Amino acid sequence: MADLSTQTGGIRSPNPFWLASAPPANSGAQIQRAFDAGWGGAVWKTLGTPIQNVSSRFGGHAIGNARGAGFNNIELITDRPLEVNFREIAETKKRWPHNPIIASLMVETREEWREIIKRSIDAGADGLELNFGCPHGMCERGMGSAVGQEPAVNERITSWACEFSTVPVLVKLTPNVSDIVPHGMAAKRGGAHGVSLINTIKSIIAVDIDRFVPEPRVGSLSTNGGYCGAAVKPIALHMVAALAREPGFGLPISGIGGVRNWRDAVEFMLLGSSTVQVCTEVMLRGYRVVEDMRDGLEEYMHSKGFTRVQDMVGKAVPAFSEWGDLDMNYETVARINADTCIGCQLCIAACHDGAHQCIHPQEGTRVPRIDESECVGCNLCQIVCPSPGCITMDRVDNGHPPATWNDHVNHGATLRPKKGSH
Amino acid sequence: MPAEFPVERSETAFTDYKLPLSPAQAAVEAGRCLFCHDAPCVTACPTHIDIPQFIRKIANGNDRGAAKTIFESNILGMSCARVCPVEVLCVGACVYNDLDEPPIQIGKLQRHATDRAFDEGWRFFKAGAPTGRRVALVGGGPASLAAAHELRRLGHACTIFERRDFLGGLNTTGIAPHKLKADRSVTEAAWVLEIGGVELRTGAEIGRDVSLADLERDFDAVFVGIGLGADSRAKVPGEDLPGVLGAVDWIERMKLGDAGLAGVRRAVVVGAGNTAMDAARELLALGVPQVTTLYRGTEDAMGGYAHEWRAARVAGVRAEWRAVTTAFEGAGRLERLRCVRVDEARTPVAGSQFTLEADLALLAIGQSRLGAVLAGLKGITVESGIVRVDAHGFTGRPGWYAGGDCANGGKEVVNAAAEGMAAARAIDRALAAGGGIGRKEVPRG
Repeated sequence: MADLSTQTGGIRSPNPFWLASAPPANSGAQIQRAFDAGWGGAVWKTLGTPIQNVSSRFGGHAIGNARGAGFNNIELITDRPLEVNFREIAETKKRWPHNPIIASLMVETREEWREIIKRSIDAGADGLELNFGCPHGMCERGMGSAVGQEPAVNERITSWACEFSTVPVLVKLTPNVSDIVPHGMAAKRGGAHGVSLINTIKSIIAVDIDRFVPEPRVGSLSTNGGYCGAAVKPIALHMVAALAREPGFGLPISGIGGVRNWRDAVEFMLLGSSTVQVCTEVMLRGYRVVEDMRDGLEEYMHSKGFTRVQDMVGKAVPAFSEWGDLDMNYETVARINADTCIGCQLCIAACHDGAHQCIHPQEGTRVPRIDESECVGCNLCQIVCPSPGCITMDRVDNGHPPATWNDHVNHGATLRPKKGSH
Repeated sequence: MPAEFPVERSETAFTDYKLPLSPAQAAVEAGRCLFCHDAPCVTACPTHIDIPQFIRKIANGNDRGAAKTIFESNILGMSCARVCPVEVLCVGACVYNDLDEPPIQIGKLQRHATDRAFDEGWRFFKAGAPTGRRVALVGGGPASLAAAHELRRLGHACTIFERRDFLGGLNTTGIAPHKLKADRSVTEAAWVLEIGGVELRTGAEIGRDVSLADLERDFDAVFVGIGLGADSRAKVPGEDLPGVLGAVDWIERMKLGDAGLAGVRRAVVVGAGNTAMDAARELLALGVPQVTTLYRGTEDAMGGYAHEWRAARVAGVRAEWRAVTTAFEGAGRLERLRCVRVDEARTPVAGSQFTLEADLALLAIGQSRLGAVLAGLKGITVESGIVRVDAHGFTGRPGWYAGGDCANGGKEVVNAAAEGMAAARAIDRALAAGGGIGRKEVPRG
């Protein structure tokens, strides 16, 4: 069977599934139950000067019947005394010596960093995660994403932490930047052993349309919170991949953002993550979601012939390219399998109203007809089709050799005639 | 109007066979709808309700908008949600059937929205600006109610002539109570007529209390929606014995009052159409221990819907296929039916005689047709008692239209609603173009 053990930046873990620094990793009792359920590691709820939270704190974004497809929170770092947290870290490490505990930290001054890092390591933390990402509450106090958005500050504090720490240091990056790369590079220059991303995205999750107040509502007011959950996965994947393919970056990555199951985790791994961190799915359904994460990952690795996690990490990164390097002469058309078509004609509506008007009704049958001479191969019909495998995007040999936009612009390569531009 | 029925009636013992959806269930079910393009469910609905659109409104928390979409196409959408044979209409056409997934429960979603409209007292429609034209509606059943409502939206004054003292027609007197009870139908009729401007003449039967000449004199157009008549007779010896009843007649008694089942241990329902299926299930549900249907054809050839027979069989109804009754016998009241098997040509099979002991026999072999009442009017064709009409309900005599069971031979409530609506629009177009009673009829298309 496949070996699920892995490591990020030298922090070894029996499997790639870590609890992210968040409410599910708030206390020793919780984290011990999580390890019982099978989680590989846990990033402790961020330690710093204990704060006080508000009611309420969370908001959910429902899409159809899927509650919590997106999620946000306005909760801050730990509200428990530091000595209690450190005592529980020590107790948990004693019971679970092989499951890494990473102390997430957020303080202000160099002396505070020195102090909290020493105490964390004394308590038994296997690694540190510098919280430069929190987009609400703490950033107004000059911490969290206020640090993560300034590469020079990020680099300086990272270098302090690395100076003070005897265990690996991960920097948790905020997605609330236009380009993640300079921020990852800053962490690297500061000496970080790895990065974890993404933290949450600045957001207003919803508006109470009866009270005229955004959510989550605290009395008659609300504030922006951090967006996370399944809906943010595409943003997270892009940022992970952007760093993974950046020449000269090369730091290990712990991927975060919308991991609900083993499949999501595999995607993060293929784009360069050696571990993944999970919060929202645990908040919605509890620790036992990890069972299928582990089981499904193992089955997947077995089916692909991967024996170690490292065999798959980054495997899709080379295929993440620039638009100008895509082959413009690669041509596909949609085809409908009449045997599995159920006649819903969602493809007609989608193609007519949202694409290139090449799918048409036919007399005497509910199965639509595709005008391949007009089909641009956009995929929309396949995306809306509810019948698995019914619409396929088939490659068409148009006789044109591969040519990219860059080839065309720089070397005059011939592009195939445009379709669907009537 | 509901107060006219006794509070305790045999039908009140029934609970819904198809349970309503809770708001949470409705939201989940509505969320499953694919929102098909040119949706097969809409095509399958005689009134062409924009089903994907109303379901999307439910999914998005807009029940009021959903109800409005339904009533725009079918003002009887509340009763149709419960009464329609959705298994062979919208739900049967749902594309999920071809995906081997459960089809969307369209009837239940429609009930969710329309019941809410009734519960909340939502109103959607106003009468149109008065045109000064008058339309008579003969019969107060679903076809006339749908026609009257549409005619009022178009501004025409309406008068309904109904031989009974309540409205709703077969929706009130004939629907299986596990689907719809009489008072709910009467409530619906009153709700429909809240649009105003509809004069009601109850206890008025065409040909008896109001003449065709009266109608021609007093109105610009007439819509005839008189439904079907009394149960057909078996024409075998002994059918006048106490204990032998028409099924439609018995169902009406059961719905409006007492079913009269004291002492009935064994009952036979003659026929295998939907009326027979309803009656058989109702007898069992009301405590008759043994209920048998008797049908001259095979199970495959039965007139009732397969899903209705399945439900009847599951409930415990027995069936004798390819058999007919030759005599009802008993000393002073029914005690047994003499029966015989028949072959494919319905010829009795020698030596196959058998007896069914029974305290009650219901004849569900069809109903008489009432078209003859119009036979005297030149231009109107009545064939086998059915009033001939075109796709717009036009009879061929200027100003005269018909719809529902009297014109279609006996279909669903939803067909009557569709035909009433179509006729109302045709009447409006004809009147606007100078047509109507005593005038040359104009194209209706």
